[in-house]
Amino acid sequence: MAEQHDDFHRFAGTAGYIASAPLVDAVNCAVALERPLLIKGEPGTGKTLLARHVSEGLGLPMLSWHIKSTSKAADGLYVYDTVQRLNDSRFGGGDVSDIRRYIKLGPLGQSFSTPTRQLLLIDEVDKADLEFPNDLLRELDEMRFNVIETGDEIVAKERPVVIITSNNEKELPDAFLRRCIFHYIEFPDAPLMRRIVDVHHPNLDATLLDQVLIKFYWLREQSELRKKPSTSELIDWISALLRAGVSQDQLESHIPFIGALLKKEQDAEALQRFDSKSGRYPTTWKELGPRYNQ
Amino acid sequence: MFLDLFYGLRDEGVPVALQEWMTLLEAMNRGMHGSSLLRFYHLARACLVKSETFYDAYDRVFARVFKGVEGAFDDVTDDVMKWLQDPKNFPNLSPEELAALEKLSSDELMRRFLETLAEQDERHDGGGKWVGTGGKSPYGHGGQHPTGIRVGGPGKSRTAMKVAEDRKFKDYRTDVALDVRQMRVALKRLRQLTRTGLATELDLDETIDETCKNAGEIELVFRAPKKNDVRLVLLMDVGGTMDPYYDPMSQLLTALHDERGLRELKPYYFHNCIYDHVYSKARLTRADAVPTGDLLRSLDERWKLLIVGDAAMHPSELLEAHGGINPHNTSPTPGIAWLQRLAGHFDRAVWINPDEQGLWDHTYTTRLVQRLFPMFHLSIDGLSAAVQALVGARV
Repeated sequence: MAEQHDDFHRFAGTAGYIASAPLVDAVNCAVALERPLLIKGEPGTGKTLLARHVSEGLGLPMLSWHIKSTSKAADGLYVYDTVQRLNDSRFGGGDVSDIRRYIKLGPLGQSFSTPTRQLLLIDEVDKADLEFPNDLLRELDEMRFNVIETGDEIVAKERPVVIITSNNEKELPDAFLRRCIFHYIEFPDAPLMRRIVDVHHPNLDATLLDQVLIKFYWLREQSELRKKPSTSELIDWISALLRAGVSQDQLESHIPFIGALLKKEQDAEALQRFDSKSGRYPTTWKELGPRYNQ
Repeated sequence: MFLDLFYGLRDEGVPVALQEWMTLLEAMNRGMHGSSLLRFYHLARACLVKSETFYDAYDRVFARVFKGVEGAFDDVTDDVMKWLQDPKNFPNLSPEELAALEKLSSDELMRRFLETLAEQDERHDGGGKWVGTGGKSPYGHGGQHPTGIRVGGPGKSRTAMKVAEDRKFKDYRTDVALDVRQMRVALKRLRQLTRTGLATELDLDETIDETCKNAGEIELVFRAPKKNDVRLVLLMDVGGTMDPYYDPMSQLLTALHDERGLRELKPYYFHNCIYDHVYSKARLTRADAVPTGDLLRSLDERWKLLIVGDAAMHPSELLEAHGGINPHNTSPTPGIAWLQRLAGHFDRAVWINPDEQGLWDHTYTTRLVQRLFPMFHLSIDGLSAAVQALVGARV
């Protein structure tokens, strides 16, 4: 029992990644129960980054499987390279009778067949077809599959830690969800954001950071924006501000490098309209309303 | 008590199955909640709830099951809330002082809280008994009592067991919230894949079959790629009672334009009701007018019709000849006849109404329109249902 308890407290965030307590609990729960961990959240909240840092924190090698709209579940297990075999049979490029030579394991297959425990990242699972997750149910449950062409069965020697991210572009099937541990990464509040920025830009002047965050959260509050700026865009924006040496006085009256934060034409136009109506940007947390004055 | 959580969630419409419940029990068997209610809250959420849209329901059920406080706080008078909104800082307590504070059970605490509240009649900060900010009284906020009740204001040390009460996931509920991203998710299902057009994709299975038949001579077989075959005609009510809905309407239009999968999208506009002209621009000038009859002739029944409007108008606008609200531009055919024609022309047509669903039956014209078109609310759930009605299996 004590041993299991220790096991549960294995991941605790790393120096380069600030994880909230519930996220740490969810990660450790998934690791201990050997269930896939499904991570959702706004784009740019560090879902993919989490996998990298869990792999670092737990000391497991990481395999990534980046899902595209054309990805098929079977590709993750293995691919039978028939075209190569046809080509070899025609032009005599090798031993065609051994089908195993033409079976290439995909990321999921590799994570099963390696002798040590792996961390498998299935990135942006919602990009694929609606049926995609359903096709992986048995493989993720039992961590085994058959290679039809050879009759071999590949069984995971060490069940890999599976982290699945979703951008919420499609609903995921219920049967798939039931097998996962789920965590939704909330958008960080201002104190957490300070710590996150500190990881990426240490030694940032505190008053400058204040102005930056006030502008950033103010932008996110504007309801007419079609795409709210995200954490990763904030980090980029701060880089741009630092390179250009923008001072906090300049920040008080306008928002430079707006292109780093707003990526939609309509949003940039909306801000210009605000500018041309000589709208005043907030300069203190007080102006942002009670949610930010805690 | 734990089963109350399970059935409470199911009653709230959160899809929790036995499998997930067993997962939670297994996790608790291993002591993963660490005997802390806060960590149990997180653990149970990770195991049982699989979508952020249900986080709010989870918070409500959790608060109800584990505290029984919902409702008890209704007695907190506005005055008390006002005192609490302006916290006074109070110096940190020493560990000895903290230990000396009595640790109360939650029922006992709640009882005393309500008693204290009944006695108290003025603002109070920094003390040890009354409801106020700072200090070591168990009630109020900003204080340091180990098991205290937080009333309003932010929790400083998070010892109060009330994260669930914050309900900060309210915004993620799908029956109310709307933004472009969520709309795009709802519209994702607006597709019917068919193989049309040029054969440009290598059909590997067919190629292997043909090559084998061909005694090993490679024979490449191509096929047309899968494409979305959905064509959508969108009719939008603009102006007047629709003005308050400008934001969600323009977001819907953005989301539809973003939906690259659509084979074709034709948006048109009208005001209050559809007569013999619709308009290609929202300003509805004569230059932008398109005869509705021409529109119907150019579109076959496979097009999907999506009408967005509140369907609330004067009955004469819908039912009478020359009923249009614009006197320069009336038509001898009443609006209802045009709506019937539209509903009959297209194989699948839906009406999206931005008004609260509860209001529909109070408006005579809305009731009439509902007989012609299946009507859905302009929310994520409503949009999903509308998309289902447009492309899903017939029920």
